[in-house]
Amino acid sequence: MTPDLHLWMIPLLPLIGAAVNGLFGKRFSRQTVVAVALLFSGAAFAMALWIASQFSSLQTPHIETLATWLRAGDFQADFAFYLDQLSLVMLLVVTGVGFLIHIYSIGYMWEEGGFYRFFAYLNLFMFFMLTLVLASNYLLMFIGWEGVGLASYLLIGFWFTKDSAASAGKKAFIVNRIGDFGFLIALFLMIQHFGSLNFVQVAQKVTPISPEIGGAGLLTAIGLLLMVGAAGKSAQIPLYVWLPDAMEGPTPVSALIHAATMVTAGVYMVSRSHLIFERAPMALMVVAIIGTLTALFAATIGMCQTDIKKVLAYSTVSQLGYMFIACGVGAFSAGIFHLMTHAFFKGLLFLAAGSVIHAVGGEQDMRRMGGLRTKIPWTFWTMTAGTFAIAGFPPLAGFFSKDAILWQAYSSPYGSWVYWAIGVFTAFLTSFYMFRQWFLTFFGEYRGEEHTENGHEHGEHGHGGVHESPAIMLAPLVILALLSVCGGWIGSERFDKFLSPVFHSETTMSSTSESPEAPAEPKKENSSETLFTGISVGAALLGFLLAWQLYHRRPELPQKIAVSLGGFYQAVLHKYYVDEFYATVFVKPLIEGSTKLLWHGVDQNMIDATVNNSAEGAREVSDSVRHMQSGNIRSYAGWVAAGAAVVVFYMVWMGTR
Amino acid sequence: MVPISYYLMLSGILFACGVTGFLIKRNIITIFMSIELMLNGVNLSFVAFAAEWKALSGQVFVFFVMVVAAAEAAVGLAIIIAVYRTRETLNVDQVNLLKL
Repeated sequence: MTPDLHLWMIPLLPLIGAAVNGLFGKRFSRQTVVAVALLFSGAAFAMALWIASQFSSLQTPHIETLATWLRAGDFQADFAFYLDQLSLVMLLVVTGVGFLIHIYSIGYMWEEGGFYRFFAYLNLFMFFMLTLVLASNYLLMFIGWEGVGLASYLLIGFWFTKDSAASAGKKAFIVNRIGDFGFLIALFLMIQHFGSLNFVQVAQKVTPISPEIGGAGLLTAIGLLLMVGAAGKSAQIPLYVWLPDAMEGPTPVSALIHAATMVTAGVYMVSRSHLIFERAPMALMVVAIIGTLTALFAATIGMCQTDIKKVLAYSTVSQLGYMFIACGVGAFSAGIFHLMTHAFFKGLLFLAAGSVIHAVGGEQDMRRMGGLRTKIPWTFWTMTAGTFAIAGFPPLAGFFSKDAILWQAYSSPYGSWVYWAIGVFTAFLTSFYMFRQWFLTFFGEYRGEEHTENGHEHGEHGHGGVHESPAIMLAPLVILALLSVCGGWIGSERFDKFLSPVFHSETTMSSTSESPEAPAEPKKENSSETLFTGISVGAALLGFLLAWQLYHRRPELPQKIAVSLGGFYQAVLHKYYVDEFYATVFVKPLIEGSTKLLWHGVDQNMIDATVNNSAEGAREVSDSVRHMQSGNIRSYAGWVAAGAAVVVFYMVWMGTR
Repeated sequence: MVPISYYLMLSGILFACGVTGFLIKRNIITIFMSIELMLNGVNLSFVAFAAEWKALSGQVFVFFVMVVAAAEAAVGLAIIIAVYRTRETLNVDQVNLLKL
């Protein structure tokens, strides 16, 4: 048998860290809190590395069953962990990036209140995320899924005294519930029709089903419902609205949860369910369309944002859209590849943005930055690496993964030139808004005031002037920058081959609609793929040049363009009024209905009224009757006599009838 | 032989006297005696009917009533003494702690 890997320890280690810090952290010194948090998250990373080193000798998928959790009739769910190439990639990304962000957080959060609470939550998040990626059935995955949502809520609302942070946390939680609802229904359908939620058993049941071409059946329904769940967690249209608001959380949280790991859980889940999606072309198409629209939509919003973190937030939504394009055209490995590189460069960008915010004393508005290049060189250079990576310049990581997705979007049997065209246009937009941010932040003149004590998260940073972050924050930046540069050199083909046991099992080969893929590819391969690569690099370059022109050479131009575009610019600036739309269509009717109908109508007028009125009635009756109980003995005697008289008269009257 | 109606009328008068005293008197002992009067009025009608119909059950009933009245007198007088000790009055209108 395969060796015992003790997979269960990987999620458990951060949980212990969370428990220790959460329960006793208040009494610990900051150094102890840090030691505990780093020890347990680092140990999880070390175990992941060890498992990766053992991986080639393993028989995959490697399943470890810990205990039976639920048994009801034929249905059974276990506490069991599942390791294959896909979960290994996720495992390494989550523990690796997570560990780096733990290190970064030490520097970033050092002067904040609730230091121990922050690290307890962070470790708790790691526990749930690792449960999510290592689960061997959908139910355990769902626990992780809900758990990361909880951790995300806690961390977005970390500065809970700030009203905006508290409501952003609630928004994230509630919007995610909508997605989870779809996910749950999908699970119920699986239980009903497959009798199991175990990945292996579901795969066995799904494999013999032929693809639902030209129609919608059970698999399409399950696929679409899973996509609803994924759209919630991975911030896709129409449920993306929580992610930009989630930027209220501390920046390391934005990097870890809302860029690198948690938001990619939807991509992971869709990839994990690839057997279902491959048999439901309609569901796949919906995934691709949602991905494409989200990528474009979020990128356009990103162009007009002025908050450095909001730009990155919309960029994340947009990049997640790319991952869903990949999944939607059946190129799951390309999606996971982009997931990995995105974790590197977006994690890096967020951490670098945090470093910038730290440097300028809590300012997040890019219009009040500028010229920081020489003042914070380490941050500048690492952020440059991230920016070029996300824009898709070769040979950085983002180039390889984005190129793989765009190529698949066109060439895969599910693909279409529309996806590709929008994808390339989005790549241009991505490049533009990222370089806009880069120029606004690091070039030109410094537009901020000389360090004011504003009420932001770093208001208490008393050491005046723009300053570089401490080494403990820069080290993770440098490591992530290296990964952003080199992470793509694995190459999408080698990555695809590595993941092929997961995605191209015998089932894929036997499926009829799938077969054109293999022979179709080499035909177009060399000439057109090079051309396509050239076009996407060209788009990135164009974005760079445009940003350079607008925000470096002639900084007065954007204002004029904005004025000339008028209404359209306003719409984009206000995020297409989606939040306002949701507020009018969903939130307001819900609040009104709850207030008027449920609160005033049902609760106050029916339930409370029933109780209150019966009490009131009893009191009124008693009020009149209690006068009999005067406490005067002779009046009691009178009542007795009167009562006796009534009885006597009654009997006499009855007797005479 | 005296007709039964005479006895019943006397019994009714005694009972009415008892009720009247029970209702209008303030002294607890007087009230107590009024109760005895009512009981005896009832007793009189019992023995009258017993004699009329030559049935002993009416007379047996009277013994029961007398026993109960004796017990009641014992308990009642004890209560009266207890009330007098705490309240230093036997006026029922002043024994009104339960009054609203």
